[in-house]
Amino acid sequence: MAEENSTILDAAKTEGIIIPTLCYLKGVQKIGACRICLVEIEGLKNLVLSCDTRVKAGMKIFTASDKVLNQRKLNIELLLSNHHNDCLSCIKNTRCKLQQLSANLDCNSQKFDGDVTNFKIDESSHAILRNNNKCILCNKCVAVCSVVQNVHAFSKNKRGFKTEISCPYEVPLAQSNCVDCGQCTLVCPTAALMEKNDIPNVRELLENDDYFVCAMVAPSVRVALAEEFGAEIGTFDEGRLVRSLKAIGFDKVFDINVGADFTVVEEAKELTRRLENNERLPHFTSCCPAWVNYVEKFHPELKNNLSDCKSPNEMLGLIVQKFYKNKTTKQVKIVSIMPCTAKKSEIVHHNQIDYVLTTRELAEFIRMKNINYNLQKPDKFDSPFGDYSGAGAIFGSRGGVAEAVLRTLYDKYEKENHKVDFEIVRNSSGIKQFELTLNNKKIKGAIVSGLGNVEQLIKKLQNKEVTYDFIEVMACPGGCVNGGGQPLVDYDIHDLQDVINKRANGLYSADKNRPVRISSKSKTVAKVYSELFNNDDEKIRQALHN
Amino acid sequence: MNFETLQQIKKEQLSKIALRFNKPCNLYEKEICICFDTGCQSTNSAKLFEEFANQLKINNLTSKIALSKVGCFGFCSLGSIVVIYPQGYFYTKVKAEDAAEIVQQSIINDSLVERLLYTKEDLTKAKIQTEIDFYKKQKHIARKNSQFIDAENIKDYIALDGYMALYKALTTYQPKDIVDIIKTSGLRGRGGAGFSTGTKWEFAYNNESDEKFVICNADEGDPGAFMDRSILEGDPHSVLEAMAIEGYAIGAKKGFIYVRAEYPLATKRLEIAINQAKENNLLGDNIFGTDFCFDIELRLGAGAFVCGEETALINSVEGKRGEPRLRPPYPAEKGVYGKPTVVNNVETLAIVAQIILNGAEWFLRYGTKNSPGTKVFALTGKIKNTGLIETEMGTTLRELIYDLGGGIPDGKKLKAIQMGGPSGGCLTANDLDIKIDYESLKEHNAMMGSGGVIVMDEDTCMVDIAKFFIEFSCDESCGKCTPCRIGNKRILEILNKITGGKATMGDLDTLKELCIFVKENSLCGLGQSSPNPILSSLNNFYDEYIEHIVNKRCPAKVCKDLVTYVIKENCVGCSACFRVCPVDAISKAENNKYVIDQQKCIRCGKCFATCRFNAIARQ
Repeated sequence: MAEENSTILDAAKTEGIIIPTLCYLKGVQKIGACRICLVEIEGLKNLVLSCDTRVKAGMKIFTASDKVLNQRKLNIELLLSNHHNDCLSCIKNTRCKLQQLSANLDCNSQKFDGDVTNFKIDESSHAILRNNNKCILCNKCVAVCSVVQNVHAFSKNKRGFKTEISCPYEVPLAQSNCVDCGQCTLVCPTAALMEKNDIPNVRELLENDDYFVCAMVAPSVRVALAEEFGAEIGTFDEGRLVRSLKAIGFDKVFDINVGADFTVVEEAKELTRRLENNERLPHFTSCCPAWVNYVEKFHPELKNNLSDCKSPNEMLGLIVQKFYKNKTTKQVKIVSIMPCTAKKSEIVHHNQIDYVLTTRELAEFIRMKNINYNLQKPDKFDSPFGDYSGAGAIFGSRGGVAEAVLRTLYDKYEKENHKVDFEIVRNSSGIKQFELTLNNKKIKGAIVSGLGNVEQLIKKLQNKEVTYDFIEVMACPGGCVNGGGQPLVDYDIHDLQDVINKRANGLYSADKNRPVRISSKSKTVAKVYSELFNNDDEKIRQALHN
Repeated sequence: MNFETLQQIKKEQLSKIALRFNKPCNLYEKEICICFDTGCQSTNSAKLFEEFANQLKINNLTSKIALSKVGCFGFCSLGSIVVIYPQGYFYTKVKAEDAAEIVQQSIINDSLVERLLYTKEDLTKAKIQTEIDFYKKQKHIARKNSQFIDAENIKDYIALDGYMALYKALTTYQPKDIVDIIKTSGLRGRGGAGFSTGTKWEFAYNNESDEKFVICNADEGDPGAFMDRSILEGDPHSVLEAMAIEGYAIGAKKGFIYVRAEYPLATKRLEIAINQAKENNLLGDNIFGTDFCFDIELRLGAGAFVCGEETALINSVEGKRGEPRLRPPYPAEKGVYGKPTVVNNVETLAIVAQIILNGAEWFLRYGTKNSPGTKVFALTGKIKNTGLIETEMGTTLRELIYDLGGGIPDGKKLKAIQMGGPSGGCLTANDLDIKIDYESLKEHNAMMGSGGVIVMDEDTCMVDIAKFFIEFSCDESCGKCTPCRIGNKRILEILNKITGGKATMGDLDTLKELCIFVKENSLCGLGQSSPNPILSSLNNFYDEYIEHIVNKRCPAKVCKDLVTYVIKENCVGCSACFRVCPVDAISKAENNKYVIDQQKCIRCGKCFATCRFNAIARQ
């Protein structure tokens, strides 16, 4: 039974009927532009939009009548008539929504001949490749970028058949407001917006015998990669992931969870110092590169409030390089596997990491190498950078960084009997505030994800409506588990919040099972500090802080 | 401003312009009125005005003879128009050179300049306006003031009862009364769809909100339609007054006029009118000493046809890209900045004040039962009298085309009448007895639209015309929804194939399929109506499509690719064609006659037009 007043689309979804959409994005965009979700209602001559029509008692709806299917087919055929129909060589082949609809509806891509728009491919960004020849003008990138992320990097320009999505003033993406978060790539139904493909570069590294190539895997990759090979959303799978990377040919596979442990320890130190000296507060986390880009482009006045800790990726990269110095005659090369597109631009400024592959690219790479992912024997991350604490594991969830830092701080000040699980910072959607007593002092903090929410929080701070000591910021809604480089999810079937929760839960259960759950108690951290830095605080600070 | 002052201004100004109504005037003996709207200004009525001023000065008549600028007379093909009052001598196509003669003949003496008078069907001359057929069957409500007043002088408007309706509304009626009067009057939106104006107001009246808005849609965009422009240029205060009345009725304090930037004169006159109304406290705070406050702001449109669609217009007013929004919510519920908003067309508003002054019953006396009142039509195309015609609803097409429009020139036959612009459809000679109102036009697959009427004679190719309109819709599509953005483009391409002689019957099926698809699936009115010109010409002139497709022939000989020019046996070898051919496709044959090389010929038709011996055939 459908709930009265829900849309036809939602009602059908609950009943297990999929009505396809191209431009609809729950809570973000409802513009009725694609006309794909049109359905037939008994008694009405014209089809109606299921995304915008509410169900009424007794309404007889046909979601796949002959008329509906024929109109939908013609609609897709029109889209195909202005599409460079090069599916076979398209990077999104078999994962493209347009292609899927075309196949389902038995479309004829040659039904219409005529002009096809031709656009220059925008390769200016280090993170995102924009190919308007694939664009079907669903406008979801514009909506996500402006409504969810408050970045406004995209707008619609020109009109009629010549309409295109481009950056305001038609500047290349690299010169726009874009912060490389990649949320647009998650909603793009075609290959118009994709991460910049670095697989060929990584292949070159792997083919070269002069190189010793290490892969480093970010926390959120392990709860998403398996989705690409048919697993349930949020399936935690470290073993096959590591094994696949080895099968691809990486010499070593390390875990950025370990890098996260270093960041936690360093960030806890920095926060303690800043709290004691009442200096540069609120302290903003800085491990999210899209957030750092956002500060640079939109709020340079907050630069000084960012943590000066390097990100887990950078820290581990640096430590790995230092570790292998004089241990191998080969040149050490590092490839990070990230749920993130912005990391691709972050590494441009830091030379420890050579390339970043997104979770999606890794899946692509695995397929390219003919590796049967599901049949891989589970393997373990290589030592000495494979043994992480539970705190490192939860970095990928919103609230994870804050919780990890709190664990270390509580361990330092409260010593005995302190708790490890801080439910108070978990499961936020948007903005979550928390207050804690630490070392007899009250700490006020906030967890925020999604740059639109971040902007709201900054406004409140600037209006002095709120004050905080510590703020964890993740540019992507829900944190890295929903990062711009993560596997695509069909939102005609799934719900975004549900996807975020499932993937985050994967991380929290991994945390629960770790013998050590506090970064400052990590043996790896202790070992590295003593062996590589002689426990010299100043040396550590110089290396791991900006 | 109070009632007494308003009456005082009216009295004083009426005495100044009395001659225009053939009433005695103490100030002047005669008055020269010159149309100063865009149409007549394009024939340089400004220079004409200067020359008249000069002539009056030379003849020392400045103090005795008034020289005035007035609004549009509607007979735009005859500009510049000059009228001499009190006699009402109606001079057409007047040039600056004619000023001296007019002053000599009609001002100093009492005679006529015959050559500048309109020649009637029976070849006699019309001395005054009402002798011309074009004006005989017209009834002016929306255009009542235009030709009698100077749009840049608020006093002229006040002289003709201007702002009396606003006074009456504010002092004798409750807001709900106004809504009821407009509803009872049966006034319907003159912008195209013909939705009940009173009902629209009622929705907004019933929607509680801290803020509401009134918008005047002056984004007139149909090709060939310019009635709104003429009202804005000739009688801007009638729109301002109506907006204030509407604001009072629905509870709005603010109005926007969304006028296209391509109407610089209308914009200028609106600015002047708004300023004058504000100076006289007819806009602003506590109008007529009541609690009612109302202000109007201009918003310039940047030339997008789709912004005539009310939700796209609202986006544009807010500074966003002019794209239509989903409806519902309708603007009366959530319009500008999410507040209840009523969008009314210029012509609709121009009628409002008179309904308030004269009552709903008065308005119901005109027109038909379901479409009361009058409608302004812009009559263009292959018709003798081009211009604006305001006539009662229910007038037949025959009356419009033949009695008012004067019929088809050069003895050609009427082929089709396109009504409703790019959203409308075409009617044929068989439809001449249709009474023009919203319903009957719809029944015949045409629509009222904004009132553009394009008359086509036998030399018109209907496929070509369909192509023209769909090309317009393609250019003006905002690009938001797929059916309109790509569908219309493909329709245009198929029509290009047809007129290029490259189409098959299969293409015709695809064309029909696409037209219906675009009509049924587009997001807004633009897309939903854009295939209408094609569907209606397919309906009425199907054979013409078949001729193009099967026999590769354009019966009207318009489609270039389907026409060939051939020099016949009776060529006298004069070489005139040879000399005008721009591509050297014509050469002399052995028999001293000329021949056209079909490979080189670009079918420009110059030879055909040049030949004086009818020796070139167009096939």
